[in-house]
Amino acid sequence: MREYKHKLLGYLRREILPTTHCPGCGCGQVLNAFVNAIDDLEIDPKNIISVTGIGCSSWIPSPYLKCDTLHTTHGRAVAFATGVKVIRPQANVVVIAGDGDLAGIGGNHLIHAARRNVGLAVFLVNNYIYGMTGGQVSPTTPFGAVTTTTPYSNAEYPLNIAEVVAAAGANYVARWTTYHIRKLIAAMKEVLQKKGFSFIEIVSQCPVSYGRRVGLRDGVAFMEYFKKSSVGVGTAENMSEEELEGKIVVGKLVERHRIEFTESLRRINESCQKRASGE
Amino acid sequence: MSDAFADKTRSTNIRLAGFGGQGIVMAGYVLGHAGILDGGNALQTQSYGSESRGGACKSDVIISEGEILDLVPPGLDVLVAMSQPALDKYLPNLKEDGILVYDSDLVKPGDCTIRALGLPATDIAEKTFGREVVANVIMVGCMAGLTGVASRNSLRAAISESVPPKTVDMNLAAFEEGFNRGAKQGRNAREDKE
Amino acid sequence: METARARQYLSGLSGKMRFALGDEAAAYGALVGGCIFFAGYPITPASEVAETMAQELPHVDGYFVQFEDEIGSIAAVIGAARAGAKAMTATSGPGFSLMMENIGYAIMTETPCVVVDVQRSGPSTGQATKPAQGDILQARWGTHGDHEMIALAPNSVQECFDLMIACFDLSERYRHPVIFLMDGEIGHLRERLTFPNLADVHLFPRGGFDPADESGLIKPVREYGKGEAIHITGSTHKEDGMRDVVSQDVHESLITRFYAKIDRNRKNIIRYEERFMEDAETVVVCFGAASRAALGAVKRARNEGRKVGYFRLITIWPFCQEKLAGIGRRINKILVPEMNLGQLAREVERFVSVPVVRVSKIGGVPHSVEEVYAAIVRETS
Repeated sequence: MREYKHKLLGYLRREILPTTHCPGCGCGQVLNAFVNAIDDLEIDPKNIISVTGIGCSSWIPSPYLKCDTLHTTHGRAVAFATGVKVIRPQANVVVIAGDGDLAGIGGNHLIHAARRNVGLAVFLVNNYIYGMTGGQVSPTTPFGAVTTTTPYSNAEYPLNIAEVVAAAGANYVARWTTYHIRKLIAAMKEVLQKKGFSFIEIVSQCPVSYGRRVGLRDGVAFMEYFKKSSVGVGTAENMSEEELEGKIVVGKLVERHRIEFTESLRRINESCQKRASGE
Repeated sequence: MSDAFADKTRSTNIRLAGFGGQGIVMAGYVLGHAGILDGGNALQTQSYGSESRGGACKSDVIISEGEILDLVPPGLDVLVAMSQPALDKYLPNLKEDGILVYDSDLVKPGDCTIRALGLPATDIAEKTFGREVVANVIMVGCMAGLTGVASRNSLRAAISESVPPKTVDMNLAAFEEGFNRGAKQGRNAREDKE
Repeated sequence: METARARQYLSGLSGKMRFALGDEAAAYGALVGGCIFFAGYPITPASEVAETMAQELPHVDGYFVQFEDEIGSIAAVIGAARAGAKAMTATSGPGFSLMMENIGYAIMTETPCVVVDVQRSGPSTGQATKPAQGDILQARWGTHGDHEMIALAPNSVQECFDLMIACFDLSERYRHPVIFLMDGEIGHLRERLTFPNLADVHLFPRGGFDPADESGLIKPVREYGKGEAIHITGSTHKEDGMRDVVSQDVHESLITRFYAKIDRNRKNIIRYEERFMEDAETVVVCFGAASRAALGAVKRARNEGRKVGYFRLITIWPFCQEKLAGIGRRINKILVPEMNLGQLAREVERFVSVPVVRVSKIGGVPHSVEEVYAAIVRETS
């Protein structure tokens, strides 16, 4: 029997495939998009250092992506990655994690890393739920949704995490869904080439722990939902808050050109050393 | 008067106290630094309050030729008081044979049986040097001149290292003013005794 | 990662003397120990460590980052360490508590790093500006699960410097986080600090082979950025680093290896100071700030002919249990002055059969010589 060999398989740790993700999960699409992006850009995986937290989305690169992978504690991936980036500024330091990890327990690190403008590529896979632990409400779960810890109705409003990161000062912020796979690959390529803190909220699906409780029972149902609910940034500008209720605004939310953090640190070191040597 | 301090094997416990902003901590640092420049041991601690300006502030210095093991020594040999509350609070800690040095512009010692030397340091600082902030080095100088607890040269070196480069001369001049006044009192006291 | 510029800058300190804070001395010890990355969050009485590092790191091609909290700080330290830097953080009790999860991560991933805990009064905010010695068991058992720990405690400004170099050395040798258990008293007092001739300071290289290792269980450090596609995880993992969280034997062999690599090197790690022990009938066992008064009191008692010895733990963890058990067989009584309600005394009690008398003092003021002396007189009369 002839072995099937995908052209991008070389980017993965084949020996541990298949992934542990459930059928219909968006994590595979994100991994696919990311591998396509680095392949298009001809980035050598040796130059990628992936840092992840805890949760299904953190498993996207770790351990499946064949590069240096640091699987850290829950919520702290961005902080770990900051330490890595300071010491290895030439590397593409990539963080992929979920809404619970990055926007919940690690929200403060996310905000401050964006403020510092540290040169990380951060992909927040927002599936609206704590999937790995069995479907508990997350900071991005919609108002009124039923989850295992909001069995009657979610009394809280969701965090617009992409807007938060944009407001915190990131150099690049976009939002796409797993339905917009070509746009997502293009955005990932932008992010991988961008200096400073670059962030994509990837709205994704968890049919098992979230979808089945809100009437979206499989991946296809989600794709149709994302297609139907998405509104481009330009269009959204002319819509009222009421009209945007339940919509997913997709596109590039912000692009800035502030100096990257580790670059700033190096400049400070240089000027400090010059002053000390009396130059 | 400085005879009590000639025996350097014993520790000399000094407390400098006043308000935040008077340079109390810097004065303690200079004194302790001079202590080690003299070749002995010195240990300095300070109060840590939430206020940087205006609150009560103290700095303790121990100078000794031997190992300094007692971090909370019983009683003070010298109290340098630069505020009335500092005097009122710490005078009871001064040993019977201890010495009080105070800024007579800011502190009224009242009736006390302790050997005391008052010096209008803030007034001298303002009138002679145009800078109230050098009152601390005047006080340190006066105390050191009086007691001999640290040498003049070491104190000069410690001050030179601790103050902004542009103010070194002014601080040294202020220190000398205090030191000479203290030393004179010390000599007088010894002559009286003889 | 140490650069020529760093060596040149630091060699300028050789033989110099300073009137320095314990916190400052610890920072200089770290720099001389090769530290080039510091991440931390302000907290009394540890902030001066951070401030000194912020001041000096740019001169040695190093980097200082003030984080949003202590959790982020230790995370960044581990990230930097895995990327090749000698890295550290400094905090006090409350921040130390926040760091516990990631200290476990450093143990599990065998990441060398140093955590300074300048102990202060607790629990909670306690007396925030006042010293204490109440974190020794937090240092040992603060993170969850089975693990060993390495912790050292200084009792002078000079030791803050000297032992900080030792902390980096130990963390590199054993691929383990090392806790430097300072206290607010020693951290916040100034004393003489003499820098050694820095040409005489030999640093253990990252990932180096340790001929003194008696365990044979220390694996090479694998770093990022070398193109090796390495996987590092805080989950239970096999020899190749890939996780296996279901096999009982994989977990058992991993954790027992971590345990044994420290345990079998106890004699290489454990340091202590003993004085007046030859004919001692009563021994004062102590560490950190309280040991100063302890020594003063023992000397005074000796001057009066009392047969009292002085034993100071420099390494708190691993615990010097064999040594103490040996002492316990020769003497009648042990006194333990410490700035907590008996954390060390409780540990000592586990290994001796003679009475262990607590000379505890809390409230933010260290023991005076008189207080420890009075306890000696009371217990030996």
